[in-house]
Formats: sequence, C-alpha cells, structure tokens
Amino acid sequence: MQEKFVYMDHTATTPVSPEVMKAMMPYFSEVFGNPSSVYSYSKKSRAAIEKARMQVANAFNAAPAEIFFTSSGTESDNWALKGTLENLKSKGKTHLITSKIEHHAILHTAEYLHKIHGFDVTYLPVDSEGRVNPEDVRNAINDKTALVSIMFANNEVGTIQPIKKIGEICREKKVLFHTDAVQAAAQLNIDVKDLNIDMMSISGHKMYAPKGIGALYIRKGIRLENFMHGGGQESARRASTENLAGIVGLGEAMEILKTRLDDDMRRISSWRDEIISGILAKIPYAKLNGATGSERLPNNINCSFIGVEGETLLLDLDYRGISASTGSACSSASLDPSHVLLALGLKHEMAHGSLRFTLGRLTTHDHVKYLLEVLPEIVARRREMSPLWEDFLKSNA
Amino acid sequence: MALDYSQKVMDHFMNPRNVGEISNADGVGEAGNPKCGDIMKIYLKVNDETKIIEDVKFKTFGCASAIASSSMATEMIKGKTVQEAWDLTNSAVAEALDGLPPIKMHCSVLAEEAIHTALNDYRAKHGMDVIPIEHHED
Ligand SMILES: Cc1ncc(COP(=O)(O)O)c(C=O)c1O
Ligand code: FES
Repeated sequence: MQEKFVYMDHTATTPVSPEVMKAMMPYFSEVFGNPSSVYSYSKKSRAAIEKARMQVANAFNAAPAEIFFTSSGTESDNWALKGTLENLKSKGKTHLITSKIEHHAILHTAEYLHKIHGFDVTYLPVDSEGRVNPEDVRNAINDKTALVSIMFANNEVGTIQPIKKIGEICREKKVLFHTDAVQAAAQLNIDVKDLNIDMMSISGHKMYAPKGIGALYIRKGIRLENFMHGGGQESARRASTENLAGIVGLGEAMEILKTRLDDDMRRISSWRDEIISGILAKIPYAKLNGATGSERLPNNINCSFIGVEGETLLLDLDYRGISASTGSACSSASLDPSHVLLALGLKHEMAHGSLRFTLGRLTTHDHVKYLLEVLPEIVARRREMSPLWEDFLKSNA
Repeated sequence: MALDYSQKVMDHFMNPRNVGEISNADGVGEAGNPKCGDIMKIYLKVNDETKIIEDVKFKTFGCASAIASSSMATEMIKGKTVQEAWDLTNSAVAEALDGLPPIKMHCSVLAEEAIHTALNDYRAKHGMDVIPIEHHED
C-alpha cells in the first residue's frame, strides 16, 4: 500500500543512529563482563560506562558523578518524584508542585504519591500557548513544599518553559527543582548549572539511542531515596546490573547530538516554520497549538482543524506514507482528548481535530513539501463528510 | 494507540458509501457519542406506499470506525423497509465489517442510534408513535 516512508513522529521515538549502533556493537558479545566483577576482564565494561557518563555529563555541563543511568525517562521521572518526596517526608515536606501539561510519567506518579502516600500535589495551569507562569510557581510554594517538577519542553505542543526563571525561584525559596527534559535534551543546549536545575530526566530513544535507556542528573549533594533497590550499582543509588550496551549508546548519542545540534536545529526549525505557515495558508480555519519561534521546540508542529477527527486524518496520512500523531479522544485508550490541549484551553472538538508532526534526522525537504501537498486535500475531504464542519460553516456564514 | 482495522473497515473508511445529505428527506436523525464526542447525521428518503428506504445519506464526525460503521449501516438499510431498518443492530454492522476493535464498538452504536433517531423523525412526521431508543454502550 505505502511505498513512501515519511516519518514525522520523532517525538514518539527515533531510530538508533548508525554511529551509535556501531559504538554499541562490541558491548553485547565481545565486551560483556559484569561491570561489578573483580577480575580484570570487567575493567573494560566499567571503563565504557564511565566514558558514557562523561559524555552525558559534558553535554549538560554536569559532573560525571551527577549522572545516574536508568532504564528510561519514565524511571527517571518516577525516581526524582518518589525519591525526593520520600526523603523529605520526615522533615515535614509533603507538598509537590507540577503542571497540568506534564507527561503521564510525571502526572501518574504525582497521582500515586497523593493517593497512596497522602502527599499534596499542586497542578499549575498554563497559558493558552502552554507556558507555566514562574510567578505561579512562587505563589504555590509553601513551607511544606519539597519539590517543583516542571517539564523543560512539552512533548505534544512543543512549548519551552521558562526553566531558568523557575529554577531561580526554587533556589531562592530553597525548594528542589526537577525538570523532565526527555524532549528538550534532544533538541536544545542545556546547561544545568546555568539554569539552576537540581534534577533532570533524559531518555535515549528520543535522541537516536535505543529504547529502554535513560538517565537522571542529580546535582551533587542532593539526597533522595532509591527507587530501584538491590545491588550496589551506580554508587549504590540505582540497583541492577548496568545496561552496558544501552549506556554506551546513550553516551555516544549525546556526544554526537551536541556536535550537530546547532546545524540540525537551524534546518529543522526552518522546516517547522515552513510547515506551520503552509498549513495556516492552505487550510482554512487551521489553528496552531502552542508557542512560536524560540519558545517552541524546533521540531514540533501541532495544529487543530475544526470539523475533523484526528484518527481519521492519521489513517489518511498513513495511506500516503506519512506517520504522525494526534490528541484526539478517539485515538486514546481512555477516549479522553489530550490533557495538554485541554489545559491550553482548547475545546474538545479542537483537541479532536489535532495533528502533531515532529521532524528529525529522517526528515527531508521533500517530506516537507509532500506533507503540504497532501494534507490540505485530506482535511478538505474529511470535512466534507462531517456534520460538525457543516454546522461550523453555517454559524460562520 | 495502534489500531488494527479489518480490510472491510479500511475499505468503507477510505471509500465511504452514501456520504452526503438529502435536501427533502423524509427522516433526519442525529446521534452523538457521549464517550468521545462524535456525531453522526443520517438522512432517509422513504417510499410512502411500500415503506421502503429508497435512499439514505450520512455525515459523520468521528473516527475511522465511526465512518466505516456509518457507511456499512447505510448500505444495510438501503432498500429495506423502515421496520427492517429499525431492527438493524450495531453488532450486525460490526459483524458485516468483519469486526471492530473492542474499544471501537461504541462507534457502531452511533450508527444504530442515528438510524433510530431518523426513523423516529420519519414516524413523527407521519403521525406514528415515536419508539423509545434504548441506549447502550457496545
Ligand atoms: C516528556 C516526556 N517524558 C517522559 C517520557 C517517557 O520516556 P520513556 O519512553 O523513556 O520512558 C516521554 C516519552 O514519551 C516524554 O515525551
Ligand atoms: S468515534 Fe470516537 S472512537 Fe470512534
């Protein structure tokens, strides 16, 4: 059916890059020693892990001892929240501040902390472009607040948060600050020191490393309860035999990412803007969701088309070889529309008709042109069979 | 969420039959889906003497399963009497489509209810009692 493969879902996941794959290969069968073993053969495994730790640390201006490898972005998020709250509970710190537009790895962890442990959680609202107001963070902090966790950039609409300002407020108020940078770390230059970040989650599969490897940056001196209990790996802070090849892959991917980031992002953000303006010009009543320019992830396009439902558009796009994503209720397991789009104030029917395209290394300029060629037709055809579109046109006539 | 639709569903979704409106319809009905907020509107042209549905058109705002169910359901009631059309169940529609994913069964209920609403509109216009519609989830 589809000969074309126009992958526009780099936010969902990315392919392992050939260089990363090559760096990983020796660590499956050739160099396989358990890093914890005493014999000299295992030295190579230990050295590989320490090299990767250095590569990741360098990418964010952190110290290697501040990088802890985990199994995923989700685990890093779970650890940061649960570990911090559990550790500070005995000091009477039982309050967590986060936002309404976090990834479920944060939101469902916060719900768990509230439901099972009785911690208080404040979910900060966002403005119509998906921005958290730092003053809201300041006002939400009380003497019970243990942690503020605000994502660096949103995975659905791409809005980048005022992280430095939020970090500053947290320092001033002596509250710990965690950020989920799973998306941001793949696209932005991040300096954890400059931005006042205490903890930061990253994930390999968003940056051309494999799925199932992640890391948590924990600033020196910050204590949190362990999340994985067991052996003494990762300085006795994260148990389980290290995912050697995965760790090597993450380190390599980070180093490569940094060397090409500026060029990649200049190209990708110009294509992003070409797609956004193309969509707004060619499709009547199309609306951009999220912020613009430098406040938006370079690779993210999220638009709503009143009168049509996103899953149908995804299948129409798929038929033409384009992979994308939607915030429609119809395509979620819960049949609820995207919590992010609702938090931005979108009506249900606008969330229904949303599409997300996320660009990356697989994107070419031909893909950009092809998308702009087929999308207007697809939307027009589905609108023609929609009673909602008919009503909308009548009410706008 | 990945979806594996049958070939029949994909066929009716990609090439839906009976899309559109009938300007002087004998019965018009609209049903909304409380689960995800989708809407189906159906238009019937009924022969007064034979009570046979001679033409039927639909418009649907909803997922692929909703569009395919609308298309299939309209095919199934075309040429049938209003009584026969009333008896069409959503599970018969789903079966004719070679099945729907469990989470998508409710989309076929939309088609059943829109048809019932349109038939009641026809009945009301022709001095007949309106039949209560039984709502169900799937
Ligand atoms: C913002 C954000 N946080 C966390 C995650 C989860 O990361 P992982 O898939 O590595 O568990 C994702 C991935 O979808 C994400 O986009
Ligand atoms: S119409 Fe929404 S899930 Fe089918």
